[in-house]
Amino acid sequence: MRRQDELGRVIPASEITPREVFEQRRSLIRAAAAGAFGAALSPFFARQAFAKSAESAGPTPSPNANSEKLAATVNAQYSTKEKLTRYKDVTSYNNFYEFGTDKGDPVEYAHTLITRPWTVAVEGHVRNPKVYDIDELLKLAPLEERIYRLRCVEGWSMVIPWIGVSLSELIRKVEPTGNAKYIEFVTLADRKQMPGLSSPVLEWPYVEGLRLDEAMHPLTLLTFGLYGEVLPKQNGAPVRLVVPWKYGFKSAKSIVRIRFTETEPKNSWQVAAPHEYGFYSNVNPGVPHPRWSQATEQRIGEGGGSVLFPPKRKTLLFNGYAEQVASLYTGMDLKKHF
Amino acid sequence: MRPSDLLRPAVFIAALLPLARLVWLGWHDDLTANPFEFVTRSTGTWALVFLCLSLSMTPAKRLTGLTQWIKYRRMLGLYSFFYAVLHFTLWFWVDHTLDVQAMWLDVLERPFIAAGFTAFVLLIPLAATSTKGMMRRLGHNWVRLHRLVYVIAIAAILHYWWHKAGKNDFGTVGIYAGVVTWLLGIRLWWAWRDAWRRRAGRPG
Repeated sequence: MRRQDELGRVIPASEITPREVFEQRRSLIRAAAAGAFGAALSPFFARQAFAKSAESAGPTPSPNANSEKLAATVNAQYSTKEKLTRYKDVTSYNNFYEFGTDKGDPVEYAHTLITRPWTVAVEGHVRNPKVYDIDELLKLAPLEERIYRLRCVEGWSMVIPWIGVSLSELIRKVEPTGNAKYIEFVTLADRKQMPGLSSPVLEWPYVEGLRLDEAMHPLTLLTFGLYGEVLPKQNGAPVRLVVPWKYGFKSAKSIVRIRFTETEPKNSWQVAAPHEYGFYSNVNPGVPHPRWSQATEQRIGEGGGSVLFPPKRKTLLFNGYAEQVASLYTGMDLKKHF
Repeated sequence: MRPSDLLRPAVFIAALLPLARLVWLGWHDDLTANPFEFVTRSTGTWALVFLCLSLSMTPAKRLTGLTQWIKYRRMLGLYSFFYAVLHFTLWFWVDHTLDVQAMWLDVLERPFIAAGFTAFVLLIPLAATSTKGMMRRLGHNWVRLHRLVYVIAIAAILHYWWHKAGKNDFGTVGIYAGVVTWLLGIRLWWAWRDAWRRRAGRPG
């Protein structure tokens, strides 16, 4: 039997996928997409993917000639199409208190951070606890570039092309036991490398936490790079978390320990100011910070030139990722669990 | 022309340098990644610096025995008001898009904003009555009215302190709080000592 395509060209039999195989592939894809959270995600991402596919190009190139490059394939489905924040701003306007509380401090002082060798201990309620070398983590899964919005609790935001893999890839490898309900992320605290530790601003080491289902969410990114290069030190090298629907401080930098726990971890900001910072810290314009509104945000680098002070943007619920993550919080009072 | 005649314009020009710096940085696109935050904080800090300088003139006179200090008190106070106006305007304009109702909500909702707002509003009558004519017209009431500057200083420190409270970052604001405490404390100490001496019938 010979078949013809729409243009009447003859398709050789060898190029026709047998129906069984075709169906099998389809179901495999469907199964993957329907994984714990995929079902909720696919419609949203399919639309975005469609929008982006026409102009699909390689990952964002680094404008820094001296940087160590990091190859990745673009994940258009998980990327916003908004205008990127300038590399200069992304790498010089940082909150990384281990190097000082001023946002200009990290870029100035983080050069003392030693990022190789680096290990991350994965422990707690898991079947396969293990101390991972950074090189092993880099090979967990093919690296992806994802362009996420980042909203800082202070009221500013950026759009950053991160490079990493879904944290779920690591979680699946270590196999959490039934007791694992939360994950605690412990970051480096070494006085020799980090001048900011002499300040009593926070309890060191800096600790963050996620509920297991939040950590398993495909958007939660175990991050190794940005703008096509290895993470600059001031951005949390060599490995950090990026949780785009939560305020920036939830995305712990320079992680050394990932511990699976049964009880909710106490994150550093919650310990420092429990009335101001909660465990969840989801971006939410309806829940003001005790000292300022969260209804709007300053998009860094927007305007510039003639417009020195551009008007603020409206902050979106879950930083615009509501469609993907809102179901994680069904039935929860977000004002109470801020 | 005496050197002191040159000193006044020199101080006047020097007090404009913080503004000139912001204009220079703005011109060179160097106001950090967040120009609004940088300029707002800078003008707020300079308003407080000039308030402290203005409050330093009376103790300087008393400690050095030189009366010239007093000549700069008004100018420095007005510069404090000048930078406070810039600070307030930026907040009202960018944060609240000149929406008076939104501004009031913010003032009523947040103690940190309320403190700063109080300091700014109280500065207005002081600036308005800073002329020689007003001084003459108000007589002793002028002195009473201008004691508000102590309330303003405390409100300004509270504003700054609460702003930093969430981050437990009291390094810089602690220095300003120390300066203001000293400036107000020395006045209290002198007032108490003078009163005690008067009661004791001894010359001061």
